[in-house]
Amino acid sequence: MNLYDTIAQSLIRSTSDVFSTMLATELPDGEVTVEETVEGATSEPNDGVVSFIGIAGSWAGTGSLSCSAAMACRVCAAMLMTEAPSVNEDVLDAVAEITNMIIGSVKTDLETDLGPLGLSIPTVVFGRNFKTRSAAAAEWIHVRFFWDGEPLRIKMCLAPSEKAHAVHHGGNSACALEV
Amino acid sequence: MDSDVLVVDDSAAIRKILTRVLRQTGMAIQTIHEAGDGQEALAVVAQHRIDLVLSDINMPKMDGLQLLASLKASPQWQEIPVVMITTEGGETKVAEAVRLGAAGYVRKPFTADQIKEKLVGILEPAVAL
Repeated sequence: MNLYDTIAQSLIRSTSDVFSTMLATELPDGEVTVEETVEGATSEPNDGVVSFIGIAGSWAGTGSLSCSAAMACRVCAAMLMTEAPSVNEDVLDAVAEITNMIIGSVKTDLETDLGPLGLSIPTVVFGRNFKTRSAAAAEWIHVRFFWDGEPLRIKMCLAPSEKAHAVHHGGNSACALEV
Repeated sequence: MDSDVLVVDDSAAIRKILTRVLRQTGMAIQTIHEAGDGQEALAVVAQHRIDLVLSDINMPKMDGLQLLASLKASPQWQEIPVVMITTEGGETKVAEAVRLGAAGYVRKPFTADQIKEKLVGILEPAVAL
């Protein structure tokens, strides 16, 4: 199994595991796609909630979760067993923590092959009509899940770090995303 | 005697979940204190008699391993059991936590049973009235 397959399978497993354990929800299998971005590429306008976590080590990159505001509220309500009528601090915190658990679990899976990796503290963005811009060329592995018909997108990019591989690979940049 | 427990996590959501889970364990718990990072946790420990600390590892300002090291370096607080609750499933961080004196660790995502299992032998069961 190559690295992309390993990441995709780990994203599916860890997302299902987190939703099952923390939200008492069984997600159907996700759909995997690979998206290549070029440096400076800007996405279509987005609405909703996006959560990011940086990954660092001999390999570096970003893991992210994105969904609609309604889905974020639903995640929070299921996680905290409380009402979440609109996006507030609790909702953003719940989405950040779910992202942390999913990407943290994938990180643990990958450390077997890639060595120790570190995670940043999650960053969460909520808004309307915002765009993301790739700071470097990268291949993103997307896994799209549906929860009662509404999409939830988990994605990750990972590349050898510049410091560790600059000599051998000519300075391949780790992927990064700007909002 | 009922115990005081300190829950340390930068996620308010996780603190709420752990507080709920702790109340459901059937253990004799009097008060559950909360802190958002290691520095806040040390301030709570200085003000209250804490019988157990449940702490995340990845936190801003002072992380869980630094908190653990600070508690174990203190003659006053070194006997307080510390259970790490973390997404860090890798051997490096876990081994470091054990080396520093953690009483155990639970990986996120966690179930209520996994939390309860870690409390057995640390906290007393509640006495039925």
